[in-house]
Amino acid sequence: MENAFELLAYSPPGWGGALLRGLLATVQIALGAYILGLIIGLFGAMGKIYGGPVLRWSLEIYTTLIRAIPELVLILLLYYAGSDFLNFILESMGFERVDINALAAGIFVIGFVQGAYSTEVLRGAFQAVNPGQIEAGKAIGLSRFKLQTRVIIPAMLPYALPGLANLWLIATKDTALLAVVGFSELALVTKQAATGSREYMLFFVAAGCLYLALSLVSTLIFSLIERHYRRGQPDQG
Amino acid sequence: MQWYWLPEYLPQFIQGIWITLQLLVISLVIGMSLAIPIGLVQVTGPWPLAWAARVFCTVIRGTPLLIQLWLVYYGLGSLFPFIPGIRDSMLWPILREAFPYAILAFSVSVAGYEGEILRGAFRGVPKGELEAARAIGMSPFQVLRRVWLPRALQNVFPTLTGEFILTLKATPLAATITIYEVYGIGSVVRQETYRIYEPLLFVAGIYLVLTFILVLFFRYLENRMPKRGIA
Repeated sequence: MENAFELLAYSPPGWGGALLRGLLATVQIALGAYILGLIIGLFGAMGKIYGGPVLRWSLEIYTTLIRAIPELVLILLLYYAGSDFLNFILESMGFERVDINALAAGIFVIGFVQGAYSTEVLRGAFQAVNPGQIEAGKAIGLSRFKLQTRVIIPAMLPYALPGLANLWLIATKDTALLAVVGFSELALVTKQAATGSREYMLFFVAAGCLYLALSLVSTLIFSLIERHYRRGQPDQG
Repeated sequence: MQWYWLPEYLPQFIQGIWITLQLLVISLVIGMSLAIPIGLVQVTGPWPLAWAARVFCTVIRGTPLLIQLWLVYYGLGSLFPFIPGIRDSMLWPILREAFPYAILAFSVSVAGYEGEILRGAFRGVPKGELEAARAIGMSPFQVLRRVWLPRALQNVFPTLTGEFILTLKATPLAATITIYEVYGIGSVVRQETYRIYEPLLFVAGIYLVLTFILVLFFRYLENRMPKRGIA
């Protein structure tokens, strides 16, 4: 048992500090990817609802493909394709090739995948808004922008929040897949610690506890947010 | 795009698809048979069991499958050799393989996610139907088998099949513990031919087709289910 405390100590030779830094990296990627996913999702949902046939079909292909192919395969594909594409553009503009920052690559890859799921969640929520409320907003002369910010978005959030909370939990867990492409977040640090010390059980349980703590805290925060946005709505059961 | 490697590796890919399907079907069957009692005790069970099932679902759903898989494979795998005499026992050839560890990790994961869904499903069956079943003299087990379980499964069938697809998409993780399913074969091709995109795209295509077939199969099953009313 003493051995376990030594191995999990904050400063080297203990691995505690490295694990916590891994957790921080995990949270950073998850947060960045989640926000990127939400932005893609917002535009995607708008495009699917208001867009013309070409836009609608391309979005349909995007969401279908992303949701049918395993995340691990997508992450590798996007990782290579994304960095090649970026370098191609840089070279054609006369700049030098760059090594893509690992954090940015992780955020881009997971965010692009999250975007497909966000699009579907937000589209469903937008379409669940009572048309009468939108008409009422138009009737009192709100501009299109005001109509979105004052009526549609506040009214759709209660429908979107359970799905969005779920997506955040998926984002935190998907970051673990970046370990496979060699990005040093919690899962990879844990594996290095476990292999280095040969204490596999100890470190994987420790990492599990950190992920669990992250998801429990997130669930709590989301339930508070949901309570806030559900105020004024009739109780459901 | 160069596909010269495809004929050479095609038999391996077919083998890989077979392993992927085995992983999927075996873990779904074991996982679902665990998920049913896990969902049930959370609705009717004595509180220690209900509580334990809740904790189980929270832990499984709160940690990445990759960590669970590594915990089972590297963690359990590193403990077994300490059991005296295990190397001479009948179990050792099984314990040395990676496949059973993957099945264990995936089944437990399926049990956690589907147990949570079935909890809601069991709770959602109208009380009157269960009372009616008891009133005509069914034993508790008969009530479960003939009324409660079929009605619960029927209500959450689309959700469950969505989760099954997610399990298919999780099977590539097995490649990280040396199981050569579709994705693992793809990685072998990438290492041996130095092509980056083609093997990945081919693997993505296989998963796309598998997902599509599964979706059609589940839709067929869903349409066969008796529904109330004319719709």
